[in-house]
Amino acid sequence: MTEIHTPEPDPHASVYDEALLGSDASHWAFGTSFEDPLAGVDTTIPEGADPSDLAAYCLMLGDDALIYSNRLSQWCSRAPDLEEDIALANIALDLLGQARLLLARAAAADPSVVPVLPEGSPVPAEDALAFFRDDAAMRNVRLVEPDNGDFAETIVRLLVFSTWRLALLERLVTSRDAVLAAIAAKGVKEMTYHRDYAGRWFLTLAQGTEGSRRRLLTALPRVLGFHDELFVDHPVETVVADQRAGVAPSAVAAEVGVVLDQVFSVSGVDRPDVPQVGRVNGGAGRDGRHTEALSLMLAEMQSVARAHPMGRW
Amino acid sequence: MTLGTDTLVRSSTAAARAREIAATVTDPEMPMLTLADLGVLREVAVEADGTVVVTITPTYSGCPAMATMRDDLVRRLEEAGFRARVRVSLTPAWSSDWITPRGRRALREAGLSAPGPAPRGRGPVLLSLSPTRRSLECPRCASTSVELVSEFGATACKALYRCTSCLEPFEHVKEI
Repeated sequence: MTEIHTPEPDPHASVYDEALLGSDASHWAFGTSFEDPLAGVDTTIPEGADPSDLAAYCLMLGDDALIYSNRLSQWCSRAPDLEEDIALANIALDLLGQARLLLARAAAADPSVVPVLPEGSPVPAEDALAFFRDDAAMRNVRLVEPDNGDFAETIVRLLVFSTWRLALLERLVTSRDAVLAAIAAKGVKEMTYHRDYAGRWFLTLAQGTEGSRRRLLTALPRVLGFHDELFVDHPVETVVADQRAGVAPSAVAAEVGVVLDQVFSVSGVDRPDVPQVGRVNGGAGRDGRHTEALSLMLAEMQSVARAHPMGRW
Repeated sequence: MTLGTDTLVRSSTAAARAREIAATVTDPEMPMLTLADLGVLREVAVEADGTVVVTITPTYSGCPAMATMRDDLVRRLEEAGFRARVRVSLTPAWSSDWITPRGRRALREAGLSAPGPAPRGRGPVLLSLSPTRRSLECPRCASTSVELVSEFGATACKALYRCTSCLEPFEHVKEI
């Protein structure tokens, strides 16, 4: 299961002492082998749930987290100050962890969703799903696709996203699928502080300077145009909700609205009525209809993995 | 999610020895803590064929240290002559409340502030728009005049603080 690397004695003894490193030099060997993030977790499909619907649903929630994680991590080394840089990277890391578990869960529920790679490829299922699907196969909502914009735009988008996802995960805790329920229970703790972070900054920017408020107001229509799509039930979401394995997003619209209203009202900002980005050929993000921003992001995100399908990292 | 007890022989001596070894493996990010003190080590059992099965749980979904923890556990157990396997348990989700008293002492001795009780919410998660308030003590000078620098730190589990008495910065392990 695991490759064991026995480190050679180091002739150039490290300047770092044990207190910093611990006594285990192999701790420097990060990322030497792939591991199944669900190793040993019972991934049996719950009675009454359909494996392919469950997998499709996990891809939706997993792709939301994957794409947004990648977008947020583009702030790394570019945020207004070091604290926000670290905060956004931490949030992106939480989402990447959720994405990894959800994509692994999708692959375990229905292996046919995983792109076929050359025989002998060491790429694990969740990586194949992340790096070897084209834009049209991605199931994320379009909210998470646009460029980050400035810090205010990022905060507005993070507020909407984390409020929505927290509401979904809070309900998903009682999923009949034990794996989804466990991922959700963990995710709720994380989304809670993501939402608090975004909400506090929203208030700060709104009540800060003339400039910060102007930036916040400018950001609103850019983000809120993707708001309504979040609450449209895709047929897969309706089916998994009926099977009590998933959540129909229309069910959380009211409570998300209450939280957003609360943040806007405390911040003294009116929620504008923003024209919504329409559906394309009768579909939206959940149907694989995306914005150009996603294609550009994937081209960069996937290029190394696709160039080396047999690569070991 | 639970291993059938029929497949497990909790052979007292082997299991106790395996548990002892597993309990000494340290966290790669906070090497002053063992995985047992961190509350990540959930169970050590021995199967009928002698394979040691160690159950661990991630602290945060994206914790990048999981693979290293697994490698370390397997390596240390194999060095002691065991065949070992690590399984992941996602539920119940890890809580900072699981850090043992010894772990909390080790954190303080290493200059980190240990977490207080984790929030135990029932019902909808409440939005909090004011900064997180904690009554903390500077792990260096024990002053209670401290200020939050950032809710996010070098690892997912830590917040950054500064002591306004001795002016030294320190890390606080967050309540979750």
